[in-house]
Amino acid sequence: MKYLEEYRDSSAAKEYIHLIKDTVSRPWTIMEICGGQTHTIVKYGLDEILPDKITLVHGPGCPVCVTAIELIDKAIELAGRPNVIFCSFGDMLRVPGSNKDLLWVKAGGGDIRIVYSPLDALKIARENPQKEVVFFAVGFETTAPANAMAVYQAKQQKLNNFSMLVSQVLVPPAMELVLGSPGNKVQGFLAAGHVCAVMGYSEYEPIAAKYKIPIVVTGFEPLDLLQGIYLTVKQLEENRFDVENQYSRAVLREGNIQAKQLMAEVFKTVTRKWRGLGDIKNSGLALGDAYSAFDAEKKFGLENIMVKESDECKSGLVLQGLLKPYECPAFGTKCTPEHPLGATMVSSEGACAAYYRYRSHQAAKID
Amino acid sequence: MQENNYEFGLSCPIPINEYPNILLAHGGGGKLTHQLIEKLFLPAFKNEQLNSRHDGAVLEIGDMKLAFTTDSYVVKPLFFPGGDIGTLAVNGTVNDLAMCGARPLFLSIGLIIEEGFSIDALWRVVNSLKDSAAKANVKIVTGDTKVVDHGKGDGIFINSSGVGLIEHDLNISPLSIKPGDKIILNGDIGRHGIAIMASREGLTFESTIESDCAPLNGVVQKLLDAGIEPHCLRDLTRGGLATSLIEIAETSGLTINIEETEIPILEQVSGACEILGLDPLYVANEGRFVAIVPYSQAEKALKIIQAESPNRECRIIGEVRYPDKANGGFRGMVTLTTKIGSSRLIDMLSGEQLPRIC
Repeated sequence: MKYLEEYRDSSAAKEYIHLIKDTVSRPWTIMEICGGQTHTIVKYGLDEILPDKITLVHGPGCPVCVTAIELIDKAIELAGRPNVIFCSFGDMLRVPGSNKDLLWVKAGGGDIRIVYSPLDALKIARENPQKEVVFFAVGFETTAPANAMAVYQAKQQKLNNFSMLVSQVLVPPAMELVLGSPGNKVQGFLAAGHVCAVMGYSEYEPIAAKYKIPIVVTGFEPLDLLQGIYLTVKQLEENRFDVENQYSRAVLREGNIQAKQLMAEVFKTVTRKWRGLGDIKNSGLALGDAYSAFDAEKKFGLENIMVKESDECKSGLVLQGLLKPYECPAFGTKCTPEHPLGATMVSSEGACAAYYRYRSHQAAKID
Repeated sequence: MQENNYEFGLSCPIPINEYPNILLAHGGGGKLTHQLIEKLFLPAFKNEQLNSRHDGAVLEIGDMKLAFTTDSYVVKPLFFPGGDIGTLAVNGTVNDLAMCGARPLFLSIGLIIEEGFSIDALWRVVNSLKDSAAKANVKIVTGDTKVVDHGKGDGIFINSSGVGLIEHDLNISPLSIKPGDKIILNGDIGRHGIAIMASREGLTFESTIESDCAPLNGVVQKLLDAGIEPHCLRDLTRGGLATSLIEIAETSGLTINIEETEIPILEQVSGACEILGLDPLYVANEGRFVAIVPYSQAEKALKIIQAESPNRECRIIGEVRYPDKANGGFRGMVTLTTKIGSSRLIDMLSGEQLPRIC
């Protein structure tokens, strides 16, 4: 497979493991930001074959996991309304709200449709002028340009029956939250390649300098991750703290300028609540004033739904790399993919779900 | 497999903190389907034949051993590259019988047709039922037709049941597998699921991916005729290779280890899975099966299976091992040796495979 098998080649992987072994002299803790990277690491067992001196901790970059529980409750409330077609990416459907999930609403007759692109939701809005079509716009900087495009086009085409429930989040403020935490153990970051394909990586340079921490923009295939880890370890051993780009086949320093312009046109930066982490300043995107007519929260009067999160779920600690999933007392007992207490157990990118799916035999051995 | 200790009573045994309504995932072949089977169906209907949890029931009547099975087909779209609901309805039931080690003989076909369905389309379905039955060497000997109101069905649903004759004394079942047995797969996986999803979602690829839908009774008969004594046979339908192997491992209480490098997947299929965020191990097939055979017969069995499918790669993909200790005790499980040499668990999916965000 072009551009797929090459990045999963076992002999090249073994060479990188050797390089890392030859380079590392002290224990280091590295955080991969993105849930997609966590998934690859656990799926391919990369953490098992790395030298013991390297500890990987899993970051907050799973959009499903960090979407605030009240946004899920708002989605559930909207999706159950008779005149609404609610469109969402697939893995949001199983995320538990306060007392049910979107699949539950779907089984109860709610018109919920899985789409692959927000533009599909726009098409549904055109085809169903008598219905209100709401798209659940979640994600990091990766999904923001396409979501911005959907609203932009809706405004151009005067599609007044289209709106978005927006829960866009941004990576750099979450990194600063992790670094600023008193218990922080993270000494190096693998930045999320696809986020950087949109945003570039110049915004990480001040973070690397301020916290004296190496940041390597890294892709999602096993070899990408091994190379990213190697570059990070090399910086740590050489006492450097630069921003480096492992994922140069997709990422430019300035990012995708057109995408960023569109995001700036449609969105504004706001304080956003993250599930498990709470409010983080300037960490979210909401629709700008010129597009507020397309804001589902305003349109349907959902702004006042507030929910308290369960204390039992320790996903906040997991998302900051302070707790391994199997160290949580509820892991695999009270909390399983069938009965998730928190979203890190739901999405395939969630650290808890990844450990449960690929490692529950080993977690048991650790006990 | 866990013991089911509770009594079946009038109150619904699925705890109320779980879904109060049926989700699509209850029919998806994953954990929710198994929950229905274990908590509702098995306790309600319990008997020796059902409890063996095979693809079909094995019935001894006088000196005769029969296999009996049923399946319903609700595919959308009805016509897809490589087949249609008619080919599925025949081959799916034929294959369930073949997996019991039976020679399929007779099928029933029940049609539930939605008001307004075109006679022309019905004729196409009937013809493909006829052609598939001829190809699989079975007769359609009884049937039923019902029509439901417009909007109450999805064009056409088909139920088919089948009877086959078991002409040997082998006990082909997950409970018969032994450590050291080899697992043979009769071709690349994931074609059917991707063919369906591609036509459902309007995805197009450089070359069309066709369903692998095909009868398996021919190849199974060849194995038996050659003196191969398979310990277990299982066709890989919804839930894919992973789910089938997990079911076998859990029923047997043994570990099954498979090698990622040995599992054939077409480039187009792995590419489509990558785009859709799906794991091909869990994607449906309709013409693939695993034969779990004694170590000493593995190479011979592979040759026979390969000779029956000259245009694709058949492989020994793994083996049966003594169980690993996990979750407080020994239990059957499936592990995978990855391409880069590490090992991971293959778990049953909780619900439908849902496309990922990014």
